[in-house]
Amino acid sequence: MPGISRKVALAAAASVALLATACTGQSGSGASDDPSEDTTLNFWHAWSAPAEVKAVKSLVAGFEKAHPTIHVNVVGNMTDDKMNQALRTGGDKAPDVISSFTTNNVGKFCSSGALVDLNPLFEKSGIDPAKTFPKAMSEYTEFDGNRCSVPLLGDAYGLYYNKTAFEKADITTPPKTWSEFEADAKKLTISDGDSYKQLGFMPNYHGWETTTEHYLGQFSPTYFDSSGKSTIATDPAVEAGFTLQKKLVDELGGYQRLEKYRSTLGDEWGPKHPFQTGQVAMQLDGEWRLGMALDAKPDFEIGVAPLPVPDDQADQYGKGYITGTIAGIAATSKKQNAAWELVKYMTTDTAAVVAFSNAIHNVPSTLAALKSPDLKYDPRFKTFLDIAANPNSTTSPASVNGGVYLATIQNFGYEYESGKAKDLKAGLARTAKQIDTDIAQAK
Amino acid sequence: MSTITLASKRRRSALRTAAFMSPWLIGFAVFFAYPMISTVYFSFMQYDGFKPPTWSGTKNWTYVFEHYPYFWPALRNTLWLVLITVTLRVAFGLGVGLLITKIRTGTGVFRTLFYLPYLAPPVAATMAFAFLLNPGTGPVNSILEGIGIPAPGWFNDPSWSKPALTLLALWGIGDLMVIFMAALLDVPREQYEAAELDGASAWQRFRFVTLPNISPIVMFAVVTGVIQTMQYYAQPLIAGKVASGVIQGAGTQFEPGYPDKSTLTLPQLVYNLGFQRFDYGSACVVALVLFALSMAFTALLMRRRGGLIQAGD
Repeated sequence: MPGISRKVALAAAASVALLATACTGQSGSGASDDPSEDTTLNFWHAWSAPAEVKAVKSLVAGFEKAHPTIHVNVVGNMTDDKMNQALRTGGDKAPDVISSFTTNNVGKFCSSGALVDLNPLFEKSGIDPAKTFPKAMSEYTEFDGNRCSVPLLGDAYGLYYNKTAFEKADITTPPKTWSEFEADAKKLTISDGDSYKQLGFMPNYHGWETTTEHYLGQFSPTYFDSSGKSTIATDPAVEAGFTLQKKLVDELGGYQRLEKYRSTLGDEWGPKHPFQTGQVAMQLDGEWRLGMALDAKPDFEIGVAPLPVPDDQADQYGKGYITGTIAGIAATSKKQNAAWELVKYMTTDTAAVVAFSNAIHNVPSTLAALKSPDLKYDPRFKTFLDIAANPNSTTSPASVNGGVYLATIQNFGYEYESGKAKDLKAGLARTAKQIDTDIAQAK
Repeated sequence: MSTITLASKRRRSALRTAAFMSPWLIGFAVFFAYPMISTVYFSFMQYDGFKPPTWSGTKNWTYVFEHYPYFWPALRNTLWLVLITVTLRVAFGLGVGLLITKIRTGTGVFRTLFYLPYLAPPVAATMAFAFLLNPGTGPVNSILEGIGIPAPGWFNDPSWSKPALTLLALWGIGDLMVIFMAALLDVPREQYEAAELDGASAWQRFRFVTLPNISPIVMFAVVTGVIQTMQYYAQPLIAGKVASGVIQGAGTQFEPGYPDKSTLTLPQLVYNLGFQRFDYGSACVVALVLFALSMAFTALLMRRRGGLIQAGD
């Protein structure tokens, strides 16, 4: 019996040891390859629309022409969930280079070591990220000093407005402060019984891009202190942002009425988007909306402006929330030097960035490209270029557990706008505590 | 000498038995024992899928039970769906099966009509339901308002989202209908005739003839229904996404449960924690809770069925 127990214990210990070492996706350095040798890279990206896929192919073709020994196998329409799994498992078919639509996972990618730190590669290539990328874009691509990603075009958020509706309401200029915005939104709202003929602005957090972080971006919040603790309960910018949104909800008809109206509106990515149909007169949205709205051929003139700022920050009018697509090199890649050549070309070569921006209609992600005379755009698009280059523009910082803190803030936003949570200060304190607990859990 | 021969015979016999059982044993070890042991193991580890796992004691358990804000709402929703949806599905499936076995003409047509929805892919069916039940533009609410009945918010209202999911589950009742029809047609006719001669009413014939005869099938329907509901993932997730308007969005942070966590289920948490938050340890804790719940429900039901059979005997 004791012999059997010993054997069982040994077997159990062996099983545990096997489990401990199995399937744990170790990240190797892999930076010993010679990029001048014949190499094929796997590049996974998230773009899926035919025009976008064509633009990516054209970008990669430009790279292959400049680097004849490096070939790129391009795989499109990849979601973050798929990329996460491939980055974990590695292998011949896994990506060497990834491009993700969201900046939310940068903290996870950096802290987990899923993507390699690009700082030594930037240094080796003599490129200073601080002088290459706009401030906000530089911020959202690094975490705790680890620059594991790099901006590959950006998104800037601004205000779209229906010029025809503005004229009818005798509004001559787009609002510059939130007070002006409130007044304009009310003026532009035309009720129709329990519903609306025209809504000035859809303030609800489920109103597509009117998320907490996009509102808060105009208030320049800090989110975290130097020790990594959440500051949302103590930062007056956050309280001001929540208060403004709630005021808009209440003044424009109340949560229930707005939600009911929202459920009748078309979806964000289709031609029946409520701004494009004229059902909503002002829209907080990214630069991509301009092309989509023009394609929908609305029967009104589209105006574009920066989003308003708080009344006491009127001198910062012109700033906006910035996010964007990122690129990075898989830690499991055995061809990291070749992968760096691709990443460097796509993200820092001015001609390549400009051509890609022209094709995709996103904001260029380098300071040089933002000023390039080769940029082709509708004059209204210039607003977004200016927002991207504005040093006061903001972003949401990377966190060790990705965008969980943003979802936690957003969930409190839903409670507050609906009236389920009434005490803003207590709610923000509870939310800050939850964010800190989630971060501690991830460490 | 004879002892050695006997022992050798026994060993050979044991090896032969093991060889015959090996396909099952291998399947059990690979698809149940190993994942099960791994899940228990990882529930005590800090593991993000990239760095090697490190021991974290009961940290994940404490986090899930005390600090993870989605766990208790998801558990409540899952239990609600198990109790209400499974009960209604079994009752409705049995009712439809009974009706179709009784009607004389058009059986094939009705059988097809009730079975067809079951063949619809869950994602497509859920999206169709979300559009049909749209509070602003859906035809269901237009009809309700037309006849003066207050129209609910369905998937946009926390108190109506689970009943809407139940409606969706009842619409796809075809699987249970077929199983119950087979069982009902298998009940010996002579038992009904004897009951009728004894003057049993329709309800008494159902209670004392039909039900005891089909009770193993009812049990099967309940147990598989409970297990399926424990795994309920696609429908609530899609319904929540479509109703919230967050169908997709570059860089948009979306956590499931719209509206107000009312469509959260435990499998969604496993995915959210494991594959979106990279917190495999906590995902394993939720998976183990699901396993324990499934086992508890099944054991309870088997016990109840044992009691029923004894009472019937």
